[in-house]
Amino acid sequence: MLRQVEGSRAIAETVARCRPDVVAAYPISPQTHIVEGLSDLVAEGRVGGCQFMMVESEFGAMSACIGASAAGGRTYTATSSQGVLFMAEALPNASGLRLPVVMTLANRALGAPINIWNDHSDAMSQRDAGWLQLFASSNQEAVDLHVQAFLIAERLHVPVMVCVDGFVLTHAMEAIDVPEQEQVDALLPPFRPLHMLDPDDPVTIGAMVGPEAFTEVKYLEARRQLRALDVVQEVADRFYDVVGRASGGLTAPYRVEDADVVLVGLGSLLGTAADVVDELRDEGLAAGALGVTCFRPWPTDEIRAALGGASRVVVLNRAISVGAGSVLGAEVRLSMAGTPVIVHDVVAGLGGRPVTRDLVRRLLTDAAEGELSDHELTFADLDEGLAARQLSAELEAELEHEETSR
Amino acid sequence: MTELKLYQVGTFAAGNRLLDRTERTEQSDAWRTNSITSGHRACRGCGEALAARVVLDAAMHATEGRMVTVNATGCLEVFSTPYPESAWRVPWLHSLFGNAAAVASGVAATLRAQGRDDVRVVAQAGDGGTVDIGIGCLSGMFERNDDVFFICYDNQGYMNTGVQRSGATPAAANTSTTRPVGSRVGNAFGTGKSLPVIAMAHGIPYVATATVADLHDLERKVTTAMQMHGSRYLHVLVPCPVGWGTDSADTVRVARLAAESGFYPVFEAHDGEVTDVRRIRRQVPVEEYLRLQTRFAHLFGDPGHPDVVERLQGQADRSIAHFGLLEGEAR
Repeated sequence: MLRQVEGSRAIAETVARCRPDVVAAYPISPQTHIVEGLSDLVAEGRVGGCQFMMVESEFGAMSACIGASAAGGRTYTATSSQGVLFMAEALPNASGLRLPVVMTLANRALGAPINIWNDHSDAMSQRDAGWLQLFASSNQEAVDLHVQAFLIAERLHVPVMVCVDGFVLTHAMEAIDVPEQEQVDALLPPFRPLHMLDPDDPVTIGAMVGPEAFTEVKYLEARRQLRALDVVQEVADRFYDVVGRASGGLTAPYRVEDADVVLVGLGSLLGTAADVVDELRDEGLAAGALGVTCFRPWPTDEIRAALGGASRVVVLNRAISVGAGSVLGAEVRLSMAGTPVIVHDVVAGLGGRPVTRDLVRRLLTDAAEGELSDHELTFADLDEGLAARQLSAELEAELEHEETSR
Repeated sequence: MTELKLYQVGTFAAGNRLLDRTERTEQSDAWRTNSITSGHRACRGCGEALAARVVLDAAMHATEGRMVTVNATGCLEVFSTPYPESAWRVPWLHSLFGNAAAVASGVAATLRAQGRDDVRVVAQAGDGGTVDIGIGCLSGMFERNDDVFFICYDNQGYMNTGVQRSGATPAAANTSTTRPVGSRVGNAFGTGKSLPVIAMAHGIPYVATATVADLHDLERKVTTAMQMHGSRYLHVLVPCPVGWGTDSADTVRVARLAAESGFYPVFEAHDGEVTDVRRIRRQVPVEEYLRLQTRFAHLFGDPGHPDVVERLQGQADRSIAHFGLLEGEAR
């Protein structure tokens, strides 16, 4: 049933319907409304015997999830930005121990300077932690992805991170359908752990592995991630069968079939991009947009298939790999290697700067006219005058210091 | 005539036979589950291996085998689980260095959520994983009063990584990061960090200290703890022959001298209040304890540092006065 509700609240209600045993979290904007919602739902007795733990740090939160999952519990947490960095040590531990924790990452910039607004730096920083990373393009998809995340995680025994744009989605009030309890129950069987702490069957979990077997452990982990490419799509199909809504999957192509210029992006900017694509199509430019829903594992084949017919691709990142370019741009470039497709690497929308229709339109038309760099990172929404003045002042100060210290 | 008091002085000491059977602890006790079994890779004379065996067997006994364990990174983890071997006969989980308390809290939460209330949770860590990198998670566990029994095996340094100082290393000790070189006389005199006292300040139901010199006392404290719920904390002094520079046959003796000199107070506390102390039978000068350990050898060279030894004696004296450790003295 469609209901006017805040994204965070809808996520909280959805997680509650997934019947978690333990929710452990530490507050950080813009994740807070999700765990506040879960705190109430648990206290109201609407999540069975679920234990809600507000712990002393994000490191503690992920650690509690690790223990809870290893004890055989369905486990959930949510965080953002600095929070996911603070739990960074525990993230590869959860995946390495094959514990299917589900976590919402309310995407936010990383400091310094401290900035609480939306971009994707936090998610990119943990791309190699062995977690699946799914990006929601809307609040409806965010809700749906949480149900799918538990399904995928528990089937493969791999933790899943659902990335939801902070504030843009988490704090947006809109019409959302939270899947009914019967639908969730039909999709999600009780959690059957791979191994668990049980006095009746004592096992050692987390032994020390040396050079003689470590490579094999990591290879198997990599193979499981690739196996997830199948499972993510299968789960999306199954979700469609039960709930009747298309969400999730590996990629979200929008009018890419005959597109000449395609914008690639993650998360909520896809809505804006689709609107612009429609406008440009009306004006005669064969534009398209491709959302990458499943960022980890990276769906190389789907990306190649979706973009193979385009002549130019604009990868719009809300994160920067300082000193190199962008992570998403590099992934797309690698996927398109050996094809004549030109890939433009673009950064915009950092630290909450809005990605507007005008910006997306400018990027697509500039690309179509060959006015975007095909090898250098483009900062699409930069105040160039301000940046140039600061750079020249810094260079001057540096040279002066060199001179005086000689 | 003075009443004769008997004490167990070591597992195989002949005099132990004078004690009542229920008053002594033996390695061969038939009820032992050997929760950490033989064949692990601990060093000869390892105090931690001895303590872990006694602690976990007692906990298994008290819970009738309904128990799971969480282990921090450290010596105990490394010497017990080199893949594909495991010395653990109890359910055992190792996650990270600093998170054993939080992991154990999570385990307890699932058990509660699923109504598996008969299963109890025990967490183990060394002093680094407890007083330094793990203190945040541990304090959180205490504050929430999560139903976990947490044991710190304190060997007063990072022995697994090559004997670096920790927040539990005593002043003046020679470690690989506090070498007595230049004007430095070993580890600096700070204010110390007594985790048992910090635990008491949280008001948790049970806090105790013990040493491997008195296994029966150690066992009794574990049994007491396992009969209670909420956060319980046990701090066990476990001499490390490698890190302390002691003879591997002297582990129990050194631990006894730590207690008998007052340098390491052995006590018990309920709900934040000290309720019992292990009295010193024959007070020994701290020097007698220090001289057995090469980590303090620089204090006794020529010319040595008698002033530093005196400062350490002062620490022991204050501890004796604070906890009322001498026989016949009121606390």
